[in-house]
Amino acid sequence: MDVLSPRTLDEALRLRAERPGAVPIEGGTDLMVDLNFDRRRPEAMLNLNEVPELRGWSRENGSLRLGAGLTFTEIEHSELASLLPALAEASRTVGSPQIRNRGTIGGNLGTASPAGDALPPLLIEGADIEVASLRGVRRLPLTEFLVGPKRNALAEDELIVAVHIEPSGAAQTFMKIGPRNAMVIAVCSLALSVDRERNEARAAFGSAGPVATLVTGELDGFADRVVAASSPIDDVRGTAAYRRHALRVLAGRALERCMVA
Amino acid sequence: MSASPKTVLGWIGESVRRADGTPKTTGEFAYASDLQAAGMLWGHTLRAPHAHARVRGIDLSAALTMPGVHAVLTHEDVPGRKTYGLEFHDQPVLAIDRVRYFGEPVAVVAAEHPEQARRAAERIVVDYEPLPPIADPERATESEPLHPARETYETGHYLDDPRPNVVRSMRVVHGDPDARGDVVVEGTYEIGTQDQAFLGPESGLAVPDGEGGVDIYVATQWLHVDREQVAPCLALPEEQVRIHLAGVGGAFGGREDLSIQIHAALLALHTSRPVKMVYNRQESFTGHVHRHPARIHAQHHATRDGRLVCVKMQILLDGGAYASSSTAVTANATSFACGPYAVPNAHIETTCVFTNNPPCGAMRGFGAVQTCFAAEAQMDKLARALELDPIELRLLNALAPGDTLPTGQRIDGSLPVAEVIRRCAALPEPAPEELPRPAIRLPGGAGNTTRGEGVRRGTGFAVGFKNIAYSEGFDDSCAARVRLFADGSAEVHCAAAEVGQGVTNVILQVARTELETEDVRLAPGTTAAVGSAGSSSASRMTWMAAGAVRDACRAALAERESRGGGEVDVERVYRHRPTAPLDPETGQVGDLPAHVAFACAAMKVVAEVDVDLGLTRIVWIGTAQDVGKAINPQAVEGQIEGGTAQGIGLALMEEIQTRDGVITNASFTDYLIPTALDVPPIVSELVEDPEPDAPYGVKGVGEPPTVVSTAAVVAALRDATGRELSRVPVRPDDIVGLT
Amino acid sequence: MHGRVKISLTINGERREADVWEGESLLFALRERLGLPGSKNACEQGECGSCSVILDGELVCACLVLAAQADGHEVVTVEGPGFEHVQQAFVEAGAVQCGFCTPGLVVATAALLKQTPDPNEDEIREALSGNLCRCTGYAKIFDAVRLAAERA
Repeated sequence: MDVLSPRTLDEALRLRAERPGAVPIEGGTDLMVDLNFDRRRPEAMLNLNEVPELRGWSRENGSLRLGAGLTFTEIEHSELASLLPALAEASRTVGSPQIRNRGTIGGNLGTASPAGDALPPLLIEGADIEVASLRGVRRLPLTEFLVGPKRNALAEDELIVAVHIEPSGAAQTFMKIGPRNAMVIAVCSLALSVDRERNEARAAFGSAGPVATLVTGELDGFADRVVAASSPIDDVRGTAAYRRHALRVLAGRALERCMVA
Repeated sequence: MSASPKTVLGWIGESVRRADGTPKTTGEFAYASDLQAAGMLWGHTLRAPHAHARVRGIDLSAALTMPGVHAVLTHEDVPGRKTYGLEFHDQPVLAIDRVRYFGEPVAVVAAEHPEQARRAAERIVVDYEPLPPIADPERATESEPLHPARETYETGHYLDDPRPNVVRSMRVVHGDPDARGDVVVEGTYEIGTQDQAFLGPESGLAVPDGEGGVDIYVATQWLHVDREQVAPCLALPEEQVRIHLAGVGGAFGGREDLSIQIHAALLALHTSRPVKMVYNRQESFTGHVHRHPARIHAQHHATRDGRLVCVKMQILLDGGAYASSSTAVTANATSFACGPYAVPNAHIETTCVFTNNPPCGAMRGFGAVQTCFAAEAQMDKLARALELDPIELRLLNALAPGDTLPTGQRIDGSLPVAEVIRRCAALPEPAPEELPRPAIRLPGGAGNTTRGEGVRRGTGFAVGFKNIAYSEGFDDSCAARVRLFADGSAEVHCAAAEVGQGVTNVILQVARTELETEDVRLAPGTTAAVGSAGSSSASRMTWMAAGAVRDACRAALAERESRGGGEVDVERVYRHRPTAPLDPETGQVGDLPAHVAFACAAMKVVAEVDVDLGLTRIVWIGTAQDVGKAINPQAVEGQIEGGTAQGIGLALMEEIQTRDGVITNASFTDYLIPTALDVPPIVSELVEDPEPDAPYGVKGVGEPPTVVSTAAVVAALRDATGRELSRVPVRPDDIVGLT
Repeated sequence: MHGRVKISLTINGERREADVWEGESLLFALRERLGLPGSKNACEQGECGSCSVILDGELVCACLVLAAQADGHEVVTVEGPGFEHVQQAFVEAGAVQCGFCTPGLVVATAALLKQTPDPNEDEIREALSGNLCRCTGYAKIFDAVRLAAERA
């Protein structure tokens, strides 16, 4: 095993092209568990911590660029909390303070777990994902980026560089169910926003289907449509029946929250 | 290995700071996983991926040639007895021809780096023939015997049951078991498998002494019983096996059975190098026994005015693949099945079976947790049926000294059941909090799932009791050795395992009090310097160590006086009063009691439940506990708070899940224990009613809070939701009505 | 196995070097290669906080940092300076039992008090929610945090 620590994005992309077996690592909050428990032995690790282009966030003509290396703590404790309230609420539910200090939005996208907490809030805000390789840069909607459970549209030579969002300004919230009151992987989660002028809602759920899934439509019967879009399973964290039930309750509550907000 | 510095003034009854407190906060305290030795190798265990399989062959050739590997050992390399066990030696050191549970050790490897040891273990080829596992305890007695070699067990009086796969069955028949009351309530209850989840994973270091013997530094609960099991397997006399207490990162029963001891010693003796073994969290879930899951059917009869007439219970305990301490857990579940109430007639039947599920044994509360959950649910049901206040009903039936237990044992010591009920009931509950509140003060916590919608408040009450120290004729002793020096200082040796409970302070406080000097130090615990202390379990260590240290101090002072001064070195062995087994047919005591003494606790829980999502926040807990005499009140409170938290865990979230015997959640990601947002403020009242036979009147305090808290928490949930909730942990599905 | 990656980092104010195996966590390197076993190995999956250290000023789980990622960075462990008042408060409040969680809690508490010198109960609970304790039920840990805050 090798550890590659590029100092620029160009160098990172070059290494990524040269070493397709190298696994990108940012905060390590997913990948290190696999290493510590002997589940994965990649031929190399591509450490992205030293790549300045991936850090922080910025405004670009009314839209926001969130670097792939942006941590959940940075989201929670910056001005982003008011610009992307559901994402900030979701960030606060990620693991523990220690995990939020290391875990990144790029990591959540890279892992592409159906339970990834950042994914539902990004989906309702119509986020685009910027990926890059030596071949160039492309942007694709998050809905297209997530292709299956723990699978994304990243090509072998590409890296996740940033997330682009035009904040909707819509009333929004994020909720996450776990069997205890802190530090849980979502049994199921929901981000929801309401556009009161258009009488429309957007929702995305986690842990209730193979991928985090976006549902949009008019307010009437919206909670039912969210449940209908889900395809949960029974696993050690919860039952399919409960997940369906909970999604309905969460959607109802979230709509109410957003209507009075 | 740990530091035992001289400490501040502290006598019996003072909240003395922990002697090991400072080094534990600075990182200097040496836990078993922190040890190192020059030339040390790392051991690793290859474990079975099947819950039940025949082992047809093991091919080590590829593993042996892996880089850095110094030894790969199987059962063939165990020089002495091939099996071990606490009560029966039924568990192979390394699998011989069969594996009976998921994660059973099959081979061990020693290599220069843990990664090399893991890689080599991966290359061991084991030819398994999977067998159908016995996964359902209800079917165990109809299945093929898991342990064909029944003679293994004929050292005890327990295996009289002719059915296959019964570890022990017991019956208590008391009074007229067919007596009927005016009112009858019935219920079936289920308790899931709880893990001790101590934070310090199983670890240790074995160092060969160059003369054929070995020193084992390990986190354990009982040094001498480890030695008794290790030495025969190594084919060594006990003197050549020295076991030393390394820092223990929590125990709760899970370190009563062996883990790395024999494996590390085998590797060390084989390689002539020190060998360190450290389990990771996943391995730890298969590396120790768990709390017995149970199914309990109960029927309570009472008169119209609320007096218990008869209790009938059938208790099924799943002991898993090996015996461990299942026989004693069976006795406890049976003995305390009815709770601390005067029950004139009873019929209690308990069966503990072998299955291919994870082996079960000791965990804090030891059989009484499971039955308290069922019995207290029954008492609440009875109160509802009688339209009586549940606290009044409990007071009306509370056991008191002079009363007789269903086993025929008369309570001849302290047992202030009515007082703990009254003092707990009198604790004022906090007023409901206003809305809006931050999410973390609502059910669902950080998940932000409610702002008050669906939230109902409930209050629950429960009472529980259990025995202190070992029972049923076990020769239960503790040795202490005291050296008095010419400069007036003293050194105490006692092999009592400090597992975090604070026995170090108990020993020092007793010695200071008896010797009337502050200048006392406690030597490191080792089999090499003092006799057995018995186990840090069964709420016994405070009582037993206090007795032994007191006696040794007094003997040392007497000897010094008789000699007219100078240095003295004396060792004394303390025993509590003798007990005897319960009658195998009737479960009744004979001339001697079965249990030494008892302790009880009452607990009141306020919970808020989001009844739409099935999520819970425990708001407040008040408890009154019978502690005999608090040697260190701050430490006693710590035991109550921690023991309560473990009961909250079982009530709400903790369960080892299995599929056909295979554990499916062996991690702290999926086996959840309470966080700082899950345990409420706990108000504890210490009820001091000295135990007449105990040194200074002490009682053990570690277990009663765990016994009672699961029952009390679920009672609060029932009050909030109106649901039956007959299974723990309570799942959100149960609360929202999906089950 | 000798490490093939040489790392150089500042630990507790001192420049230190170590040869590590590429897949090793910072936790393993601290404990087994650098003689700093104070950070504890309770879960190695970021779920318990026992290995909490300060990495470039941030509270992190050392088990989730690849040792090689710490190359060139600054780490403060429980053995480092600046924790004395928190350590003292833990001992006095009776917040230590088995103590395996204590080093992580000491570091997490210090990190909390640096950001929020006078935390309320909710802030304490949320800040420490990533540090599991199996012995104490947390009550005396919260007492210790308040005591340390009062004295700071």
